[in-house]
Amino acid sequence: MFSLSHSFRCRALIWLGTAFCITAAGQRTLRICADPNNLPFSNQTGQGLENRLAQLIAHDLSADLKYVWFSERKNFLKNSLNANLCDAVLGVPVDMENVLLTRPYYRSTYVVLSRADRGLKIESLYDPRLQGLRIGLHMVGNDYVPPGHLLAARGLSSQIEGYSLYGAYGETNPPARLIDAVAKNEVDVAIVWGPFAGYFAKKAAVHLAIQPVSPIRFHMFPFTYSIGIAVRKGDIDLQSAIQLVLDKECQRIGALLKEYAFPSAEEDAPPCATSPSAAVFSR
Amino acid sequence: MKMKLSLYCWLLFALSAAAQAPGQKMQDQPDDGQWIMPAKNYASTRFSTLTDINTGTVKNLKLAWTFSTGLTRGHEAAPLVVNSTMYIVTPWPNILYALDLTKPGAPVKWSYKPKPSPSSQGVACCDVVNRGAAYFSGRIYYNTLDLHTVAIDAATGKEAWNTTLGDINKGESMTMAPIVAKGVVIVGNSGGEFGVRGWLAGLDAKDGKILWRAYAAGPDKDVLIGPNFHPFYAADRAPDLGAKTWPGDAWKIGGGTCWSWISYDPDLDLIYYGTANPGPWNADQRPGDNKWTSAIFARRPENGEAVWAYQFNPHDDHDYDGVNENILLDLTINGRPRKVLVHPDRNARMYVMDRATGEVISAETYAFQNTSEGVDLKTGRIKPNPAKATGLKTVKDICPAPPGGKDWQPSAFSPRTGWLYVPHNNLCYEAQSVEANYIAGTPYVGQNVRMYAGPGGHRGEFSAWDPVAAKTVWTVKEIFPAWSGAVATAGDVVFYGTMDGWFRALDAKTGTKLWEFKAGSGIIAQPITYKGPDGKQYVAVLSGVGGWAGAVVAGMLNAADGTGALGFLNAMADLPNYTTKGGMLYVFALP
Repeated sequence: MFSLSHSFRCRALIWLGTAFCITAAGQRTLRICADPNNLPFSNQTGQGLENRLAQLIAHDLSADLKYVWFSERKNFLKNSLNANLCDAVLGVPVDMENVLLTRPYYRSTYVVLSRADRGLKIESLYDPRLQGLRIGLHMVGNDYVPPGHLLAARGLSSQIEGYSLYGAYGETNPPARLIDAVAKNEVDVAIVWGPFAGYFAKKAAVHLAIQPVSPIRFHMFPFTYSIGIAVRKGDIDLQSAIQLVLDKECQRIGALLKEYAFPSAEEDAPPCATSPSAAVFSR
Repeated sequence: MKMKLSLYCWLLFALSAAAQAPGQKMQDQPDDGQWIMPAKNYASTRFSTLTDINTGTVKNLKLAWTFSTGLTRGHEAAPLVVNSTMYIVTPWPNILYALDLTKPGAPVKWSYKPKPSPSSQGVACCDVVNRGAAYFSGRIYYNTLDLHTVAIDAATGKEAWNTTLGDINKGESMTMAPIVAKGVVIVGNSGGEFGVRGWLAGLDAKDGKILWRAYAAGPDKDVLIGPNFHPFYAADRAPDLGAKTWPGDAWKIGGGTCWSWISYDPDLDLIYYGTANPGPWNADQRPGDNKWTSAIFARRPENGEAVWAYQFNPHDDHDYDGVNENILLDLTINGRPRKVLVHPDRNARMYVMDRATGEVISAETYAFQNTSEGVDLKTGRIKPNPAKATGLKTVKDICPAPPGGKDWQPSAFSPRTGWLYVPHNNLCYEAQSVEANYIAGTPYVGQNVRMYAGPGGHRGEFSAWDPVAAKTVWTVKEIFPAWSGAVATAGDVVFYGTMDGWFRALDAKTGTKLWEFKAGSGIIAQPITYKGPDGKQYVAVLSGVGGWAGAVVAGMLNAADGTGALGFLNAMADLPNYTTKGGMLYVFALP
């Protein structure tokens, strides 16, 4: 236990001594770029899972948390983190290029979301019943989310209803419109990124059923993703410092993921280290 | 009084210009030395009858004065010159400057600041260029990035009206220059990469009221296809093709924006414009022709009604927008006088079409390409090369690249040579496997596109094209894509700018370089020429590199990431070695 704390402190100190801001009062500041309007991840009133995690990290690093609100649209990482507006971005797939990632703190999956009262229980994208159903998918700009490629190859393109992930930015949590569409029977099922489904299904007026999608990939399109924290390339000290917090707080992060009902992809969910020192040595 | 008189003269001219004298060719437009719309005239010839600056004198051309916009993003606009005043629209935040040409150094008379708000940091979706304004009847009309069309009093800079046409928060924006035809201000949206639905709208020039809106896709009533719609090719005549050539409701998010040029033939009373590519990028997800994306429409300006349409690239696979310029010419082809439009498409084919009917007369290749084998003149249908179809696989050496044989950069036409002057690209690309990405907390996978120089290793060309013989006359090679507009003059010189910052004058007949000037930043704007209040001929152009091709400089992208700017970066990584950013107007004259 002592060795972890010691090691953690050393790494934190390395980080504290280098690349980040010192406020007028001399207090260290951790700048996080986050979307001001995108639950369950973040919003301006701090209700998102990433808000809570950012607080935890700032606390453990004895730093002041400063948000730089920046809507997560095209070129977000380029225009925010890589433009040096902030030091870190939470909730980024660990195989992103052009940034430096921690190890994942969760792994989730696209899921099939439907009204429980429909009793559909569809999980496979090869399920023949999809043939007759209206399928809602998020569109990221000009691009359907990954399961769309499989559905297209199956000849189901005419069943698909696209819901822009951007939506109307003036409205609250634009991506939630797709989950709403399921609740309101505008579509029969939605194939949607797990965290959206889990979080908004809990808030929906009707009971919504969630099934992790199978298969887990189609050609080069994975349907499961490992999510970590991004810092700028080369900012190894901050990456290490945050990694130590993630390792140390693994149990709490696990509880957060439960609270926000993020479905996990079971096949290789990152386990919490069985002992604290294992977390250090597993780096 | 003098001002009033010249305004009066101008109005008379505008009225007389609206109708074509019998026997007069469309390309022989009256010219009073002003420049009142980006394409110079409704025929979009960008041809000036001024002759002071000619093949003999152009070598003496000197810098007369400059004006800094103070902005560092891509400058694509054409200045306007009306009543001894020059008007310049900047990229975002879309300031309109009026410069007094009667005073030494052309000081600012007034400026209008629309303050387009990116309501939240990072929401503004798109590139922030603006392609210019149009003058009509005492007002300057232009679009702001956040989808306002504004009418500004040309004398005072006061806003006459301001109409909101859409919501930038949904991914759409406006970058094109309006045209005013029959008192209707015609504008369209941008943002095809954002899953938006493309439209063109007509606004009453008097009060900004939206008179009509025509979508590129959807049922006929949305596309404004009615009983007077008579496309040339039989396959285009079935009802509701704008919806039926898509899977399900995919047309609602299918792209087909209208972000570029509009021409107008007052005699036929038709406007002509192209629509952008369809979405999503994976063409397997939108089986069908995806009408009417990557197509051209002829419409009535007063009500938007479609009269004919033709699709250049059914089921577009390569991001070949159909938005490039349409130059209206009256030519004798195979012994027959034809009213044609000439359209250099992104697919690297030069379409010569009957502009009354929509018939394709020829569609020969003006830039290197291997994505199509020809256009069947009986059916009008292009024959795509199946070996270059993209999809869920890596495909190499696809030419041209998504910016096309030519992108938005507009050509000029000289009635003296009978040739088109075409600034264009020489780019190929590789459609690669894909990489993880994420937006708004959502992981997804995007296709990687890497572009590179086509055959010969140069990335741009400036060519003279004979639209009757349907072949290239001469070509000048450029290191970078020739991303600026062109101007042709009766002095038999043509002007264009390069991305590495050279502003050049060529001999219109031979392509020989006669003069050049190195500007502070690369040139991607539209040059103009005009007669100043002192009676002298001037040539003006904005420098300020950026846009899609120049994003590596203006957008400060990382040159190590070849897939940035939708894959254009790979082809442009060395541009920062040649030029830096910064918007500046350069005006030249003979001593």
